[in-house]
Parts: sequence; C-alpha cells; structure tokens
Amino acid sequence: MTNLLITQNLCVDFTSRGEKIQAVKNLSFFLEHNQVLGIVGESGSGKSQTVLSIMGLLESNGKATGSVVFDNKEILGLDNKELNKIRGKKIGMVFQDPMSSLNPYISIGAQMSGVLFNHTSLSKTETKEACIEMLDAVKIPNPQQRFDSYSFELSGGMRQRVMIASALLTKPKLLIADEPTTALDVTVQEQILDLILEMKERFSMSVILITHDLGVVARSCEKVLVLKDGLEQETGELNQIFYNPRAAYTRELLSKSKEIGEDAKPREIKRNKVNSVTTKIKNLTVCFPVPKQTFFSKQNYLVAVDDVSLDVYEGEILGVVGESGSGKSTLAKNILRLVQPTKGKIELFGETLSLLDKKQMKKTRKKMQVVFQDPFSSLNPRMTVFETLSEPLNSFYPGMNRDSVEKDVQAAILEVGLGVEFLGRYPHELSGGQCQRVAIARALMPRPQLLICDEAVSALDASIRAEIIELLLGIKQKRKLTMIFIAHDLAVVKKICDRVIVMKKGKVVESGDTKDVFYSPKEAYTKKLLESVPVPDPDLEHEKYNKRRLARQAKNL
Amino acid sequence: MKNESSLLLDAWGALKQNKAALFSFATMVTMVFLVIFGPMLSPFMVDQTDWYQLSAKPSFASGHIFGTDDLGRDLFVRVMYGGRISLMVGLVATLVSVIIGVSYGAVSGYIGGKVDAIMMRAVDVLYAMPFLFFVILLMVFFGRSILLIFIAIGAVNWLDIARIVRGQTLNLKGKEFVDAARAGGVSTTKIVFRHIVPNLLGLVVVYVALTVPQVILVESFLSFLGLGVQEPMTSWGALVNQGAKQMETSPWMLVFPGLFLATTLFCFNFIGDGLRDALDPKDRTRQND
Repeated sequence: MTNLLITQNLCVDFTSRGEKIQAVKNLSFFLEHNQVLGIVGESGSGKSQTVLSIMGLLESNGKATGSVVFDNKEILGLDNKELNKIRGKKIGMVFQDPMSSLNPYISIGAQMSGVLFNHTSLSKTETKEACIEMLDAVKIPNPQQRFDSYSFELSGGMRQRVMIASALLTKPKLLIADEPTTALDVTVQEQILDLILEMKERFSMSVILITHDLGVVARSCEKVLVLKDGLEQETGELNQIFYNPRAAYTRELLSKSKEIGEDAKPREIKRNKVNSVTTKIKNLTVCFPVPKQTFFSKQNYLVAVDDVSLDVYEGEILGVVGESGSGKSTLAKNILRLVQPTKGKIELFGETLSLLDKKQMKKTRKKMQVVFQDPFSSLNPRMTVFETLSEPLNSFYPGMNRDSVEKDVQAAILEVGLGVEFLGRYPHELSGGQCQRVAIARALMPRPQLLICDEAVSALDASIRAEIIELLLGIKQKRKLTMIFIAHDLAVVKKICDRVIVMKKGKVVESGDTKDVFYSPKEAYTKKLLESVPVPDPDLEHEKYNKRRLARQAKNL
Repeated sequence: MKNESSLLLDAWGALKQNKAALFSFATMVTMVFLVIFGPMLSPFMVDQTDWYQLSAKPSFASGHIFGTDDLGRDLFVRVMYGGRISLMVGLVATLVSVIIGVSYGAVSGYIGGKVDAIMMRAVDVLYAMPFLFFVILLMVFFGRSILLIFIAIGAVNWLDIARIVRGQTLNLKGKEFVDAARAGGVSTTKIVFRHIVPNLLGLVVVYVALTVPQVILVESFLSFLGLGVQEPMTSWGALVNQGAKQMETSPWMLVFPGLFLATTLFCFNFIGDGLRDALDPKDRTRQND
C-alpha cells in the first residue's frame, strides 16, 4: 500500500523581532491511506504548526523547509494558486474553535456552497443538494432548514458538525482535525469523535487528529506521533504507545494522564460530623432576561440556576460538574455576589448575603475569593503583578502601610511558587501556568476561608494542570480552606474532591460523596457523563466504541 | 529590587525609544515656546501696520522675516499669535472633551442598565443638535469670546469619544479581571479608573491624535464664518484662509502659516502613534532593570 502523505525532515522556523524560533525540528512521518494518525503534545510542541505548514497556512513570518509529499506530489513550497487546488479539495481541515471558524454574517449554506463553487463546476441546485446531503450525513436534524441558518443559531457541537460537513464536501483524501473537540463538552466530544470515525469509513479517507488529550487518542487513532518542543519523541501503533511506550516523555505523559484519570483513587473523606456549614444555599433561582424580539413582546427569561439547594462544609472540597450551560458558573458568581439571585437565599458563614449592606458585604467578601478559568483574561494586562496583588490589600485594609503591603505581596508570590522577580512583570510576559499562579496568589491575599475555583485548571496543559492542582491542594491544607471546585473535567474532580454535585440545565441532578457518585452513580445522566470521558486505554475505549455502535445500529433497526 | 514601575513611568521609558515620537515631541515643545516668546523678539506688534511694506516679501533687511500681509502687518508676529490660539484650542478643547468623554463613556458602559440607557440617550439628544446652530446660539446669548469656541468644540467632540469608549467598556466589562476585582472588594469608581480606563488608553490616544488636528481645522472654519477669532487677533486657520486668497500675488502668506499647521498635524500623529505603542505593555520589550 502506498502512503498518502510522506513528510521528510520538516522544519518550521519563525522569525520574530530578529529572533529565530524553531517550532518544528526535523520531523519525518508518513500516513497510509485510510489511517487515523494522532499527533499528541502539549501547547507549544509544534503540533499545530506541523499541519499548518503542510497546508501552506503558516503566518507570514514562518518558513517551512524539508519535504512533504501528498498523493505522490511534493506540496511544500507550492504557490498559493497550486495549493488552493489541493487545500479544501484533497485535504479538508477542521479547527478547534467552531465559533470563530464559521463566519457569523454568512449563512451555513452559503459558506458550504462557497467550497463547492471554488472546487467543482456544479450548478446552483446541485450544489445545494450536495450540501444538504452532507449536512444529513453528519447527522444534523432538518438539514433543509439548517442550510439557511447562521452559525450563532447552532450549539457548539452542531457547529463542529457543520465544519466537518464542509470539510468533507469535496470528498477529500485527508482530513486534518486540529483539536476538534477541545472546546466541547465530553458528551458532545464523544459524538463528534464517533462521527469523524464514521465519516472516515464512509468516505475512505485518512485522518490526522491533533490533540493534547491522550484519552481522545486512545479512542480514535490507529497510529500515534508524540511531539515535544518540536521534536519527535516517538511514533508507533496505538497499542504499542499506550501499553509499551519507549520514549521517556510518552511514559511521563501517560502517567500524568492516568494520575488524574481512571486509576486515580478518590480521596478518603475525613469529615467530622461536627464540621460546620460555611455556605448554605436554599432554593436559589437565577433568571436572566432574554432580549425582546420586538419592543412590545413579552419579556422572556432564561433560567440559569433552577431551585438549587446545597451545603458546603468547612474544610471540604466540593466539586461542581456539569456541561456548559448547566449553570455552574452562575452558581459561583451568585455565591461571590457578582450576580444577584432572582429567588432564594445564600448564607455565608452564618450571614444572609441579601441582607447585608455595602459595608458588611465588603467584610464578607474578604472571606471568599475566586480563581477564574482563563489565565490571560483574569489579569489586567496593564497592571504589573505587584499592582495586581496589592490591590485586594489596598481595598480591604486601606490603612496598611507600604512596607507591610510589600512584605505580604512578596510572601504571597513565594507561596505560589514564583520568585520576587515576577513582581515587576506584566501578564503578557508570563506563561499560562504562571498567570494562574498569580491569580491564585491574588485570591489568597485577603486570607479567605472559602476559595471558589471556576474551571481554574481547564485551560492549562496536562503537566501544568497537575502542578496547579498540587499547589491548590497544598494551600488548602496549609490554610485550612474550604473549596468549591467547578469543572467540566471529571477526572480532576474525582481526584481532589470530597463531595460532588452534578448539575444539568440549572438543576442539581445528583450529589453525594465523590466515591459514591463516581463508582455507583444513581442517575442516568451521571452515568452517561462518566461514560463519555475518554480514558487513555485503547482496549477499554474500543470496547466502549463497539458498544455505542451496536446501540446505534439497534436504534436504527 | 525594582517593582514599582507605574504605567506612566514605563510608558515614558518606552516612548524614549521611539525616535519619531521623541523628535515630534521636541518639535512641539519648541513650537509652544516659540509662539509664547517669539513675538517678543520681533520689533513689530500684531496689529501694527508698516505703511512702507504692504504685501512685502520676506526679508531680513526690513525685519519682516516672514514678510507682511496686504495690510502691512508683520507675518511672523501674526503666525506666532495665531499659533497661540490654534494650539490652545487644539490642546485644551481636546483635553476637555477627552476627559469628559472617557469618564462619561466608561461610567455609562460599566454601570449599564437604566443608567446607561439614560446617559446614552442624553448623548443622542446632544448629537441631534446642529453644530453651527449651536455655535450661533451661544454667540447670541453670551457674545463673542474665545472661551465660547472652546466650549462649543468641546461640547461636540466629547460625544464621539463617549460613544467609542462605552462600546469598548462593554467589551472589557466581561473580562474576568473585572470580576476578580469586584470579588476583591474594589469599589466601582476604582474599577472604572484603574481597570477599565487604562485598558482604553490605546484607543483614546489614537483618537486624540486625530482630534487635535481636526479641532484646529474646525476653529479655522468657525473663524472663516466670522464666528471664531476676529481681527486683529488671528489663528493659523484664519491666516491660511487669507493666504489662500492671495496665493498668486503673495504666496508667503500661505506658505508660512501652512507650514506651521502642517508640522503640528504631523507631530501629533507621530506622538499619538508612539504613545499608543508605549502605553501598551505588550508592545514594549523589557529593558534589563
């Protein structure tokens, strides 16, 4: 069998401000027909740059050298005109963020037709038929109507289906998917990955799947390429990589993902009965007004949190899990009083939040702090780390003199594992992990008792994620904090939380000790959620995949 | 250890690296000194007619280094006097409108809801007022004075800035660092002026660099209509106007004030560009400190 894609000594260099950065170093690999290759690595490993260079889509300051032979033709260094005959026609591509890769001003149908218009000579009606057929193939309900809708009218999973459909329109021989499911919920991720595999069989094409998640690789790939800092670490068959890894880095990645994956034992709970309740939420309901259609139409409301009651005990870590839109972040913002509840009440440390005046509220704020998801947007880009850290001190303790502020800030930055030399820096000079450490330090400045982590580790790479979790656990122990840990990543929750609540569409579906929820879930929704988490174990994943396929077939019959 | 680097200090450090901006800045400072002290160096008064030198060419011998106009008044002194008015209008009116516009827009956008709706409708109402009608009305009620020009221009210009700033604020408001600041007990005023406004600076500075020249031109337009500064006082705009009429017979009447006006506009554009880059921490490379 001949190879569809052969890459030899591929190097990608970037020149930025006179500095030369090597993103990909001497990479060689090949891809057979009808094969799924997974490229795994953390951010900055050059995995995206590899495929972008193959597609000729590098930024203008990037340069690729070496050789890429696609379908017996050298494609590296071709001019745009030649490349456009291959791009979109013979190689389709799906990107990570389905929100920004679809143009919100053009209907889905028009966008998809554009692809066919460029590459084929079909008539208008034929084009439309082909598009609708493809939308149907990727299992979009009512493809006739969807043809005319816009990207913002679809959910994230639907958008990704549309992206896949438009990539497949020209029946390409190779589909490149760059982190296609990273922005999606686990249940949707499962569907999309299954869809990609199904499409691969149906149109007999090859797939390159780029991801940082070994679970995704185990689920869908046949061959794996492990990258680190632009260097190839290991290439091999799926089972060899997972059960018999040769490179040290592969072993490291595997052990890290297992550490917070299936093998992780839930923590034993050492809760005393006497532990007091720090936060008590009773029948909390939050509604947001939906923009009116016309001036006179009735005001509609979106119920984000629906009649939620829960207690948080002192010293525990409470995990809140759920898909996006389940209201878990809104719940956190309510406890922090960044959003006002519509109904119900929240008691914090024995005080009802809604009854507090401004001054008392500020006192209570001191006791609860928050760490947000996005490390870059949670720090003010125009403030140095020192300014960011000293701000809560200045607001909570206005009388503090400069020396003690400086001392506290230095102590805080050391506590989160950074040096004092970081204090004069701006956020853009820090990495994602460092930014998150600063955000944690800021949250600790007023010495809170309750720390809310709203997806605090979701945006980080696996190895950095593990470090940040260690840091959080260490601080929690030392300061005897109570934590509310919001995440869509079930593995992390399983590892660190004492108790878990599962939310769906604003309601609490299930709650209980972590062990109970994870090993003997009562609700069907929880079971489904747990099942859809990809684990880095190919055999287990294949078993699950076959089960799903049988279920689908049974349903179709 | 040095970690007390404030935004402005850092910005100044970065601005010093930018040759074009620094040169423009120096030119502007020189120009300001020149228009203040320049007339003292000349033996002529701004409204003094030299009966023997009507429409005279520039010459060192007669002392009229920029020549004279058709009424025999020394052009050098007149350009200096005109510069005082033009620069003052340009800088003061812009500064006032920026301060009002940024504060108004940031507060409106940040607080949102009903307050925002009321504040922005007020802006809409002011927008609807025809500019010339507004100026004439002011003149009729309060009589003609240079102060009224400031008020008239400032009153119209801050509306644009307020709108742009409000839009940008809505965008910034959703950022997590603002939520973090609220959770950190920071008061609304402080959030607006410490977190929102500094992040708007890049936008505002570019806008200012465009507004200063625009304001200088608006003033000359008002003067042309007889609503601005009146003889014997003058401004660059007014001088260029007069010069344009006599371009064929005495071109120096157009060249000199035009040169000063053009230089100022260029300088402001370079300074604006430089400031925008300097105020953005992302765009500067760290010096070893």
